[in-house]
Parts: sequence; C-alpha cells; structure tokens
Amino acid sequence: MASNLPPKPTLEHSTTTSGGLAHEHHERPRGMLRWLLTTNHKEIGTLYLIFSLTMFFIGGIFALVVRAELFQPGLQLVQPEFFNQMTTMHGLIMVFGAVMPAFVGLANWMVPLQVGAPDMALPRLNNFSFWLLPVAFTLLLSTLLMPGGGPNFGWTFYAPLSTTYAPPSTTFFILSLHMAGISSILGAINIIATILNLRAPGMRLMDMPLFVWTWLITAFLLIAVMPILAGVITMMLMDINFGTSFFNAAGGGDPVLFQHLFWFFGHPEVYIMILPAFGIVSAIIPTFARKPLFGYASMVYATASIAILSFLVWAHHMFVVGLPLVAELFFMFTTMLIAVPTGVKVFNWIATLFQGSITFETAMLFALAFVVLFSIGGFSGLMLAIAPADFQYHDTYFVVAHFHYVLVPGAIFAIMAGVYYWLPKWTGHYPDERLGRWHFWMSVIGVNLTFFPMHFSGLAGMPRRIPDYALQFADFNMVSSVGALMFGVSQLLFVWGVIKCVRGGEKAPAKAWEGAEDLEWSVPSPAPLHTFDTPPDFKPVTH
Amino acid sequence: MNPVQRTVFRTVLALMGMFAFAFALVPLYDAFCQVTGINGKVGDQPRSIANEEVDTSRYVTVQFITRSGKGMPWQLEVEHRQMRVHPGQPTEVNFAFSNNSGKALTGRAVPSVSPSQASLHLRKVQCFCFEEQHLEAGERLEAPLVFQLTRDLPPDINTVTLVYTLYPVTDSQSQLQAQTSPVRGGGV
Repeated sequence: MASNLPPKPTLEHSTTTSGGLAHEHHERPRGMLRWLLTTNHKEIGTLYLIFSLTMFFIGGIFALVVRAELFQPGLQLVQPEFFNQMTTMHGLIMVFGAVMPAFVGLANWMVPLQVGAPDMALPRLNNFSFWLLPVAFTLLLSTLLMPGGGPNFGWTFYAPLSTTYAPPSTTFFILSLHMAGISSILGAINIIATILNLRAPGMRLMDMPLFVWTWLITAFLLIAVMPILAGVITMMLMDINFGTSFFNAAGGGDPVLFQHLFWFFGHPEVYIMILPAFGIVSAIIPTFARKPLFGYASMVYATASIAILSFLVWAHHMFVVGLPLVAELFFMFTTMLIAVPTGVKVFNWIATLFQGSITFETAMLFALAFVVLFSIGGFSGLMLAIAPADFQYHDTYFVVAHFHYVLVPGAIFAIMAGVYYWLPKWTGHYPDERLGRWHFWMSVIGVNLTFFPMHFSGLAGMPRRIPDYALQFADFNMVSSVGALMFGVSQLLFVWGVIKCVRGGEKAPAKAWEGAEDLEWSVPSPAPLHTFDTPPDFKPVTH
Repeated sequence: MNPVQRTVFRTVLALMGMFAFAFALVPLYDAFCQVTGINGKVGDQPRSIANEEVDTSRYVTVQFITRSGKGMPWQLEVEHRQMRVHPGQPTEVNFAFSNNSGKALTGRAVPSVSPSQASLHLRKVQCFCFEEQHLEAGERLEAPLVFQLTRDLPPDINTVTLVYTLYPVTDSQSQLQAQTSPVRGGGV
C-alpha cells in the first residue's frame, strides 16, 4: 500500500486567530470526578464516543455469537432461547447504544465548533444526558443474567411477544429504554438550543455546514418520535404490570396497534440514524475533492423532505399484517417517493466529485464507500417498498441484508469517516494512513462478505431470527460468518489507529486538510478545552 | 425569558404534546378502524337483520376458526367448519363451549374477521361473543351465532373467515359483568 497522498498542510500555515486564549478561572476536578462532573462539550463528546465504541464492541460480540451459531446448519453452540436474546440485544445495543450516541458525541464535539459557539447551550443538561446512558445500558445488559434471561423478542419488541409471552426481566428492559430515550431527548433539546441560539454573528441558517443542518433536522425528529416510543413502552409496562389491555386482544386491545405505534416511531428513528451520516459525508467529500459541495440548498431541502416523508411511510414495515389494499398502495408510493430526495443527495455527492482534485485519505475512502454501499442498501429498500413483492421478502434475510447495508456501511462507515476526518482536530495528530487503509479495506471486504450473500439466502426464503436453517443455505451462511469475523477483527485496527493517533503521530496544523473550509478548522489542533470564548469573525462562503 | 429558555420551553411543550399524542392514538386508532372497518373488528353490540332480497346468484364461503388463547383450558367447537351462504341471507350456526378443566371459570371469545373489509358488511344478530360465559367444571354450553352478510359485500370477496379466540376472564371487574350477562352456563 504505497502512499501517494498529497503533502499535508504544514504547521507554519496554521492560523491561531481564535480560541486557546481561555484562562483557567478555577481549580478543575481531577481523575474520575473530572469526567463525572464535566460540562465541557468536547469532554462530553469524547465520553459519548468512547461509550459508543464500547457498545459497538459489545453489540458486535453478540452479532458474532449469532454468526457463529449460523456458521453451520443445526444447533451447535447456543440454545435457541439464548440465540433470540443475542439477536435482540445486538439490535437494541447497536441502535440505541452505538449508532445514536456516536452521532450525539460527534454533534457535541463538532456542532459548537462549526457554528462558532463557546459550548453547548445547556452544558449541565449535557452532562446529565450522557451519564444516563451508562446506567441505562448496564441495566439492559444485566437482564441477560436475570432468571428467564434478557429480552428475546427482537429489537422491535412486538406485543404480545414482549408483553404476554415476555420474560420477567422485560420491566427492566422498559426502564432502560426509557432512560436511553430521555437521554436522546435531552441531547436533542440541547442541540436545537445550541444551533438556533448560539451561532456566530452573521451566520444565517443557510450558511451552516451540512452536518449542523442534518443534526438540526435529526434533533427535531427525535423530539417528535422519542415521546411516541416512551408512550409505547409505557403502555407495555401497564399491560404487563397493571392489568391494562392496550395490546391484548383478550381485553379489547389490539396487537396490531402496537406495530402501528412502534413503526410511527421506528421509521423516523431509522432516519435519525442516517441523516447525520449524510451531513458527515457532505463535509468530507468537498474537502477531499477540493470543490465546494454541489447543490448546498438542495441538500438542505432534500434532508428536510426525507424527514417529513418519514412520518408517512411507517406501515411499509407491516405490509403482511393484513392492511387494506388502499393502505398498501398509499404506503408503497410514499415509500418510493423517499428515493427522490435521497437520489438528489447521491447525485449531489457525485457532482461534487466531478472534475475535483480528489485524494484518497482514509476519511475520504470511508465516505466514498458510504456513497456506493449506502446506495445498494437504498436500492434493496426500493425493492422492499413494492408491496406485492414484499410478501416474498418479508422477514427474510433480504430484509436483514437491506438494513445492514444502510446501517453498517451506511451509518457506521460515516461515523468512522467522521472520526478519521476530525481526529486531527481532536488530538492534534494525523491518523496513521497506512493503518487506516488496512482498516478500511478489511472493513469493506468484511462487510460485503457478510451482508451481500444475505440478499441471496433471503430471496431464496431463509427466515430471519431463526437459529437453524435448511441445508441449501449452508454456503451463503458460511461466507456471511467468515465475513462477520473479518469485519469484527478489523475494528481492532480502528481502535489501534485511534489510540495511536491520541498518543502521537504527525502534528496537524489548525487547518488540517487542504480543502476544509468550515469554522472548526480555524481553531488550533488539538482544539483547546475552551474555544470561541469571543465569537469568531464569520464570513459566509457562497454555496 | 432569554432566547435559549424560549427554545427549550417550546421543545419541551412539543415533547409533552407528542407524548400525549401517543396515548391519544389509541382511541383515535379504534375510532378510525371502526369507521373504515380495516382491522377486522366487528361491533360488540347485536344488530338487526337488514331487510333485503337474498342474492341467489352469488355464493360466499364462510369459514369458522376457533382457538384457545394462552392459559385457557376450554374448547370451542363449531357445527360446521365452513358453509356457503348467499349475500343477504340470515344464517344460524351453533357453537359449543366446553370447560375441560376441573374448576369453574369465566371466559370470553374475541372475534376477528378476515379480510378486514368484510367486517363492514357483516351483521351479527346474535353472538356469544357479545358476552362473557361462565362455565362450571366439566360443563358444556351451546350458543348460536346468527349473522348476515349484506348484499353490498364487495364482489371480489369470495371467502370470509370468522375467527374466535377464547381468553380467560380473571379480574374481579369482569366477573361482575359476567353476573349481569344474560347467557350463563347452565342457565340456557
């Protein structure tokens, strides 16, 4: 892997106009207390990212248990009951513990820097919303050790599986999900308050970097749907413990109502997990193509359209539940409509690349892989949107392939791209490009080995969430399991690369990347604890 | 109020609104389904027979499925598993509850109609599903279902499936309802 990357910007050119001048007003707590009591957006951002990485590995180990069991047909390693707990916990941990906190962590670090704010608008609330998470997930993980086991009903926890037939630990699961939800809500309030009120003088909404824009829209989605999730799990709690019958047909309730409520939350939730990724990629591609982003305004409008449409498509998860024909048609067409704003984004990224002076730093590699592989996930999504075809694909590995393509090489790759992109700002050192490339190629090959064969086994009829399968799926599953192990191991390279970058490496100037233009590159690298104590001098660039 | 406080106040207001909306969706969903008849639920009140000419040119297959929910030691049998009826024709079919357990129990049969659009055109004149049943240990109770499929049943519906699921009724409040219910084991 010979490096033919351009020379990095030299330290002499670095500008240290703002930030770094903060004087320490008082003795700061040291050791553990420093992290427990911190109200600094950068420290809290770091805490979020470390927490998310930890959860990523725990959820990853659960996924590897699943893949190990599926390596061969038949039951070898785990009992079906435990297998169900593994699939469920893998989903819950990855969605609520890994992807969402990672984006909140990136927002904590970068949103104040990108809008020229000294900190988040509500620093103490920020501390609280982070520290809810370790408590919530310790509680969630502890259910695995309880009598009857942990949640075993899939991450979508459909009633009555999660009420009438649920293990006794379900009440703890509900409590931990409530805490994780409150954490997300408080984080969203903080981000909205920061973006709307603390922008540098002269920065209009349409001057904001796209990562800030996508997070603003994501935060509004969180405000709109996390209360719905809270409502659903509260109803579950009452059904289980207080004898109500929201989802119990015996008492006049309706289990299908659960699915409607869940997906009314759940579909916007999947966009919560991808919109900030769009923002990160929209920062990285222009930087390494050395061109301004093509179609800035259309990117903003496309993001907003996706967010609005996300409220009108929920029942495409429920095509086989017995919907009337008119509903199948409605949800089929609204779902396909989402391809339009998403297509606008993909074409804008490609147009940004067109005739650019492209270099392939690790961040750019991940961003480009995002565009290609996320599009594959988008296309399989279009196939699933076709209601009559969905009757074949529903609850098969085709669905698993689809949502893993949009979440792993989608959301996760974007997060990793963001980490490689902003590491110089966080640590003051460039990440090791050679190690980064190894990580990238191992991940790309691993991800595709894992999830591409799932399209085929799914179309051939292999059902999801089952620990055993028919013999004809054996080869596809073996390939998937090998790929999963490869992807999992390659993430150790990521951790190694990050630790190496924190400890040392080539020094980065304030403007670490030649083509990076946003405000965060005007503060020194590493960014001092306090930045923009006086608002920066913001000059709008024409988009 | 400074601008940050105003933003926070508004978002918290929106949050509480959405939380209330989640609970408001429960009655809204029921009302919506009742009006459009799209979740296969039929009303829990008896309805009169619509006076209309029987459409002898058309047959509709009506199937009955009976089953017992979790923790319900009863059996529900039906006289005919499947019958062919004309739209507009009132039909009676007998069901039999039997309590196979060693103790008295109250239960109820919860109905569901498939395809759900058919529920708008199904009129139940008499049904055991309107009430709870109380059966002594080992007791057997026969109860009729009288229904009519109206003539405006969409032409593409050729088969209508009526599902009855038995559930135990245990809490004290429902026991009171069972006492006032006209159909009781042994009383009929």
